[in-house]
Amino acid sequence: MAVREAEPVETLQQVKEAGLDREDLLGMYRNMLVTRAIEERGHILYKQGKIPGSFYTGRGNEGSAVAVATAMGPNDVGTPLQRDMGVHITRGVEPWRVFAQYMGRVDGPTKGRDGNVHMGDARLGLHTMVSHLPAMLPVAVGMSLAFKIRDEKRVAVAWCGEGASARGDAHEGMNLAGVRRLPVVFVIDNNQWAYSTPSHLEYAVDHLADRAAGYGFDGVVVDGTDVLAVYREAKRAIEKAREGGGPTLIESVTLRMEGHAVHDDAFYVPKELFEEWARRDPIERFRSWLRDNAELTDDEEDEITSGVKRLLNESIQRAEDSPIPDPATVTDGVFAAPDELETPHHR
Amino acid sequence: MAEKTYLQAISDSLRQEMRRDQRVFVLGEDVGVYGGAFKVTQGFQEEFGASRVLDMPLSETAIVAGATGAALMGMRPVAEMQFADFVSCAWDHLVTIAAKQHYRTGTPIPIVLRLPSGGGFSGGPFHSQNPESSFAHIAGLKVVCPSTPEDAKGLLATAIEDPNPVLFFEHKHLYRRIRGEVPDERYTTPFGQARVHREGDDITVITWGAMVYTADEAAGKLAEEDVSVEVLDLRTLVPWDRDAVLASVERCSKVLVLHEDTKTGGFGGEIAATIAEQAFEHLDAPVRRLAAPDSPVPFAPSLEKAFIPQVDDVAAALRELAAY
Repeated sequence: MAVREAEPVETLQQVKEAGLDREDLLGMYRNMLVTRAIEERGHILYKQGKIPGSFYTGRGNEGSAVAVATAMGPNDVGTPLQRDMGVHITRGVEPWRVFAQYMGRVDGPTKGRDGNVHMGDARLGLHTMVSHLPAMLPVAVGMSLAFKIRDEKRVAVAWCGEGASARGDAHEGMNLAGVRRLPVVFVIDNNQWAYSTPSHLEYAVDHLADRAAGYGFDGVVVDGTDVLAVYREAKRAIEKAREGGGPTLIESVTLRMEGHAVHDDAFYVPKELFEEWARRDPIERFRSWLRDNAELTDDEEDEITSGVKRLLNESIQRAEDSPIPDPATVTDGVFAAPDELETPHHR
Repeated sequence: MAEKTYLQAISDSLRQEMRRDQRVFVLGEDVGVYGGAFKVTQGFQEEFGASRVLDMPLSETAIVAGATGAALMGMRPVAEMQFADFVSCAWDHLVTIAAKQHYRTGTPIPIVLRLPSGGGFSGGPFHSQNPESSFAHIAGLKVVCPSTPEDAKGLLATAIEDPNPVLFFEHKHLYRRIRGEVPDERYTTPFGQARVHREGDDITVITWGAMVYTADEAAGKLAEEDVSVEVLDLRTLVPWDRDAVLASVERCSKVLVLHEDTKTGGFGGEIAATIAEQAFEHLDAPVRRLAAPDSPVPFAPSLEKAFIPQVDDVAAALRELAAY
């Protein structure tokens, strides 16, 4: 059975029907720019030796990440991964805290306990990924289980890459979600390469969304560079889950436009493929859509672009001013204290 | 106060916690309609409903990860592994996520994993293991190994209240064999406090779980030979009661560390090393360890008996220490 392949979004009227006004659209555009700028500036800081460890980017996935996060409700939760910086930005994580995280400073969401995109702000409904992918997927299923037990109209969003979809925990999580019709949406960021391994060595079906049928729920394939199409599909899936309709598997297809991490030059990806997908850059694509369909003016564009630049400069400075973790605190926080259970993120 | 089996005490405690706290729910394989493979949750689904007593697919990963996610959303999940051995399937979610999430991001993971463990009834290599030392090595997990019905009840209540992931090892060979007086009312038993199971002056045995009874029986034999043996039940391995161990060693001067898990890398090594570091001057004999040999748990009764430390093995080790 072939899954549904989502149509592109054509007009402002269609967007309005999907629940977005012009301000929302400009906000999404801005969030995409902030996302890319954080990773571009982070890459420079990494080369300057200001960021220890390794550095991962999600170039090419900014639209998909921002779109899904925009479709989430304020009390929804999610477990974004290393290509999903746009989710953190859209949910309200301040860029200076992202840089503090990159630099291992105390004001990063993990206070220097973990690095790069291994971060989440539980107050914003985001829970921190681990390196073992997609280990957070069944955890997000557990979050949706709590919502179901308590009869709350909240939804969990679980991200997964096409490579990680090969693992058993993706299967166990999706199977449980299907069995219990849980309010969870699975987003597979299919960027075609798992480190150096191409998709045909990762899975044998035409589309990963085909697997949804095996778990008893719907699957849809969407062009991950079409931010509005991703938004529409995510919104449908999230609201369906909220109303008791069970899970949806969204396969968002992009190309990972850089290496697995910045040490990797991705020599194994054919040059023509990069050229083809560069023409479908999600930010450029959305910018021209906004100009053609939502009357984005030069002045507005300049204002947004210069605002992002200013924000990034201030953010990097503020992060560099953030203290380095005190070595004496190395074992702090291994265990939680009882009073920590009465916190907003345990709502 | 009434006499209860170890199993009944665990069941009573879990029921009491579910009655007092709506956030507590149980999930596991066959825990609902069937009441659990060992019947710990028998009657629970009738009392609490199917939404708080969840029969899960055969998916240990999804059970532990699901419990973790629900805990992050403010629930107090109590997950059952049908046998402690099967927790290996959920290692990643326990060790990679649950154990480290608070350290990394400050979000507590208040989950309890109930783990029916231990051998003595020809369960073979996959239904008899005591994997507590593997988890005691992981920062961020708490490890509980009760030996009496009273402790099982109180420690389970503490485990459910605890804001961290707790592995609650229930020794299967104690389930129906061991009975004891258990208070009817709710109470909690603190982690990290050892219990003197038997008082003595000449040799101290440091142990936990089913080996408490093996040690006690061996101590009874030694008493007939005028050797006074103390049996110290650690009750919890993370945290473990260093002060009680060191005080007992200081008083008795000779020590046997005993466990049912295999010897190499077993938690007994940690205890012996701590005694060597901190109580060397008080020792009148080298620290002695007695544990299972380094092999999988065998099936045939003759082999299993050779594997699990027996009363005669413990008595022999105690005699050697007494004669040293």
